[in-house]
Amino acid sequence: MSNTPSENRARFGVPADSMVFARGVRKSYGTLEVLKGVDIDVPAGSVACIIGPSGSGKSTFLRCINHLEKLTGGILLVDGAFVGYDLRDDRLYEVKDDELCQRRAEIGMLFQSFNLFSHMTVIENLMEAPVHVRHVPVDQAKAEALELLSRVGLSDKVDRYPRELSGGQQQRVAIARAMAMKPKVLLFDEPTSALDPELVGEVLQVMRDLAETGITMVVVTHEIGFAREIGDQLIFMDDGVIVERGNPREMIADPQSLRTKEFLSKVL
Amino acid sequence: MSKVDASEARTQPSSGGGEVGRLVVVPRRSYGIWIGTALTLVLSFFILRAFAVNPAFGWETAAGYLFHPSIMSGLLNTLILTVVIMALAIIIGTIVAIMRVSPSPVLRSFAGAYVWFFRGVPALIQLIFWFNLALLMRELSLTLPFVGEVFSIRTNDFMTPFFSAVLALSLCEAGYMAEIIRAGIKSVPSGQSEAARALGMPYRNILTRIVLPQAMRFVVPPTGNEAINLLKLTSLVTFIAVDDLFYSAQSIYARTFETIPLLIVVAFWYLAVVSIMSVGQHFLERRFGRSESRREPRVARVIRNAFGSRPKGAAT
Repeated sequence: MSNTPSENRARFGVPADSMVFARGVRKSYGTLEVLKGVDIDVPAGSVACIIGPSGSGKSTFLRCINHLEKLTGGILLVDGAFVGYDLRDDRLYEVKDDELCQRRAEIGMLFQSFNLFSHMTVIENLMEAPVHVRHVPVDQAKAEALELLSRVGLSDKVDRYPRELSGGQQQRVAIARAMAMKPKVLLFDEPTSALDPELVGEVLQVMRDLAETGITMVVVTHEIGFAREIGDQLIFMDDGVIVERGNPREMIADPQSLRTKEFLSKVL
Repeated sequence: MSKVDASEARTQPSSGGGEVGRLVVVPRRSYGIWIGTALTLVLSFFILRAFAVNPAFGWETAAGYLFHPSIMSGLLNTLILTVVIMALAIIIGTIVAIMRVSPSPVLRSFAGAYVWFFRGVPALIQLIFWFNLALLMRELSLTLPFVGEVFSIRTNDFMTPFFSAVLALSLCEAGYMAEIIRAGIKSVPSGQSEAARALGMPYRNILTRIVLPQAMRFVVPPTGNEAINLLKLTSLVTFIAVDDLFYSAQSIYARTFETIPLLIVVAFWYLAVVSIMSVGQHFLERRFGRSESRREPRVARVIRNAFGSRPKGAAT
């Protein structure tokens, strides 16, 4: 089998420390082209923040990373390997569902609407995937879940159902649920957009703590302040292409492109 | 609006409090409701009197047959039919519902055609059709290439009245159950299965552990109705001589001509079972709605269920 990181790295010129590597990523729905050739490099352990107006394709790109959406063109490697395919003899073979699931389990994802399993308690939400996908023993999964809940400051909500929690608490549980799979990368799809303003801070604080642990993060967000403080690179997308990218502090202080300037003046 | 009014009312000093206390409210006269009430009372009186004084009802005769052995075995058969058919209908219905939401257009169309046919043809006709399957196929056999005939069975040997009743009514009922379960699956927000996919859960786990359990909350109430309908629907098997409750009553009154008393016996037992099922349905709805209702420890729930009281503030 050749979808090994080392072969791909040599063949596609992937940097050694690359966690997410995208070249010419395209995605269309029928005749509507949402992504028109996106190149991104996210080194391991870094935080990339993607901003842009709604409809710019930033969420679609995020969903391409863990293969929730299939690409219509280009390549996308996570930790040097394709997520949904095996590369053999210049052909990309779609992998089986079970294999895809195992690879996807290494990429955590957070959603705007939290999407906690509403029929399960907090601890059941955290244990579900480790126990039923990774086949971790129940006792061990429970111990790890409790540890994660204390890290996000929710040790007192273990047996609550999601609807009994505030939005901020739900998103923190969702982060703990994603971390329970010990992912290599965490993808955040506007994690604070559905929250009341006073709850945004607690979620950003948890994300800040995560960033310090050295996990790779790709964050689609409208929180420019967060991007400036935590982001290692800032990417501005508009109309399916990357308009500008760079160091967050420099880019926010002095955007080069007119479109970036316009967008930043609206959200700052 | 109302907020403003309320605050004004609070801030303004009350004037003429004594005058307000002397005012008397005269209710509106609803002549229509009075006439309706009177007519209903008169009607109820005549109905009750007819039940009480008309000797043809034969209440004593009916009471005498209430626990008649052949009525009892008929009731048992009706219950067995209902349970077996409902269980099969839920299994088949779930499979058909999953096919209806599958990505494959062939599976979707097949399931659509299934629902269209088995919901569209009257149950009685399906019942008689399956009972007479021998007219269509004399025997069923499985022949494999190189192996030859593996087995062969004459249709009439297995298509007994009871078997054809179970087969026909479960296939028919499954058509309804499929639609109910499909609606339940559709009612689960798509974010739930998306989050499960993002966690690396395979399709079968997403269905069995995330989507179906949440669909249950929407599926249980109409399924209760279907079970009650089915209980009554099983009286159709009388046509193919399965000795259910109704058939047992028929075979008694065919001999004794005590038609009305025996119909009363049958109606009594159907009503009794339906009442019990309604209570059971109530508790099932509680069980599957638990993540929606307010938090309640298991012990409290058991105690409350045992004594039948409702928790404060719980939606019913």
